[in-house]
Amino acid sequence: MSFKGLPEVVTNRRQNFWESTYFVEIFKGLVVTGRHLVKNLFNTKDMPTIQYPEQKREYGPRFRGRHRLTQRDDGTPKCVACQMCSTVCPADCISIEAAEHPDPTIEKFPRTFDIDLLRCVYCGLCEEACPCDAIRMDTGIYEIAAYNREAFVVDKEFLLNNDKDGTR
Amino acid sequence: MLPLILEVLVKIIFMIILIMGFVVILIWAERKGSAFIQDRTGPNRASIGGIRLAGIVHPIADVFKLMFKEDVVPQQRHPFLYAFAPWLVMVVALSTYAVIPFGDYLQIGDKVYSLVIADIQVGMLYVLAISSLATYGVALGGWASNSKYTFLGSMRATAQMISYEITMGLALMGLFLVFGSLRLTDVVAGQGDLLWGWLPSWGVVVQPLGFLLFIAAVYAETNRTPFDMTERDSEIVAGYHTEYSSMKFALFFMAEYAHMVVAAALIATLYFGGYQIPWLPRPVLEQNGGALLTGLLIAGGIGSLALSTVFFGRARREKGWYNDAREREPGFHGVNMLIGGLLMLGALMLKPWTLSAGGASILTTLLQTGFFVAKLAFFAWLFIWVRWTVPSMRYDQVMNLGWKILLPLSLLNVAVTAVWLTVAHG
Repeated sequence: MSFKGLPEVVTNRRQNFWESTYFVEIFKGLVVTGRHLVKNLFNTKDMPTIQYPEQKREYGPRFRGRHRLTQRDDGTPKCVACQMCSTVCPADCISIEAAEHPDPTIEKFPRTFDIDLLRCVYCGLCEEACPCDAIRMDTGIYEIAAYNREAFVVDKEFLLNNDKDGTR
Repeated sequence: MLPLILEVLVKIIFMIILIMGFVVILIWAERKGSAFIQDRTGPNRASIGGIRLAGIVHPIADVFKLMFKEDVVPQQRHPFLYAFAPWLVMVVALSTYAVIPFGDYLQIGDKVYSLVIADIQVGMLYVLAISSLATYGVALGGWASNSKYTFLGSMRATAQMISYEITMGLALMGLFLVFGSLRLTDVVAGQGDLLWGWLPSWGVVVQPLGFLLFIAAVYAETNRTPFDMTERDSEIVAGYHTEYSSMKFALFFMAEYAHMVVAAALIATLYFGGYQIPWLPRPVLEQNGGALLTGLLIAGGIGSLALSTVFFGRARREKGWYNDAREREPGFHGVNMLIGGLLMLGALMLKPWTLSAGGASILTTLLQTGFFVAKLAFFAWLFIWVRWTVPSMRYDQVMNLGWKILLPLSLLNVAVTAVWLTVAHG
């Protein structure tokens, strides 16, 4: 197929005799694959494969992993239960139940804060929407596995203590 | 009568161990080799007490997995033929081996044993006849499953095998014109000479075109890439064994590899001198039996010791790599190699250079069998190598190649060979 004004890019060169017999070309191909084989046989450690459970891929600092709730200095969640994150969430996986905060300068706090990790699409809109930096996805945790679906619905306590090193 | 039966039984057991061992190794080589060719690492997880043997434990684990899997069968199958087809394929694959010689003869004391299960005069016709039977297994399996994909797969298999069987037979005809016998032991014995004093008179030397035709036909017969129309995953799921599961599938799978072993054995026997060692005929080996054994022991011992130091070095370097039982592996290999090397060097105390004539004869036989197995292994590996190099062909391309190119060429080969033989030898 050729278009007006465009240069012809496909050139169907006729095969010469040796190419059309295939055997020479197959032999050339064998040499190529054999070179890969021998190279990898003697340099197993140079292969690009990551031996997963032992080695792990390094992700960038902006990688969105499992969520965590940030804390105030006294250990209570920064969250004010404004429902911004659960509103913006496209997967509708955050459910917050608000309650009145004892401190009069703070309006509300979340009595429950559940995230269904199976529904979450890890888009990061919740941390974008949060007005007081209460929810973050900077843990870098991506190995999320459990034996039943119920275990994937994580609550406030889990999210508060959910950091890579488990300190915050 | 009884010793004869016993002798044949021993040979059959040797043959089955050889083929089944090769099947396991080939499945491993297919996975590991394809991985290395494609810059992957391949299977390296399954282990027995931390010993992984570069992934060779995986085929064994696979067999156990398949044995304990549920056998899902289609409801509208033909019950007898459905169960019969995998066995037919397997039996055919194994029985082809009956006429292939894996050594010259074995002389123990005064008794001389020929190293072929059935040295029949029509040897090669038997191979052709039996290998056509494999088509029945594939066709029956595909038809009895009562599924369209399996049916298409078996139709393709039938068409392809019929097309390429002709080329195969005609390619072999040229070879038998040269060697003047259908008996495979004669064919191998005829390949022990030297042409013009330096070139081994192997089948590939006297019949180069015939060899290319035969190897193409054999690849088609075994349904390997580039002729793997029968199990083209992107078109017909898995071809004729789509509806098979559990051990029945495993039989089809193993039969495919057993076929490859037999095909490799045929290529080695017919075109690469079988058990013949080039430039070293039997009398030469027998006269120098003592020196040979000594040399082998020294080379083997030093080689093992060198390998053991390599493994011990790896064991030291890889300490703390995995933090589990797998770290024992290089050390395990190192100790094995060390013991083997020391045993081989220690055997020198028994004065192997004073080997008796009978011992030299047995050693020669062992060497020849080893050479045959090595050739077999190379051609079995070639199947895998070609599979991961060459893209597979379309159905019409396969048919065009078979009928329009290979068939005329094989006829030409027969004609030229016949004329040449008549002119050269009157």
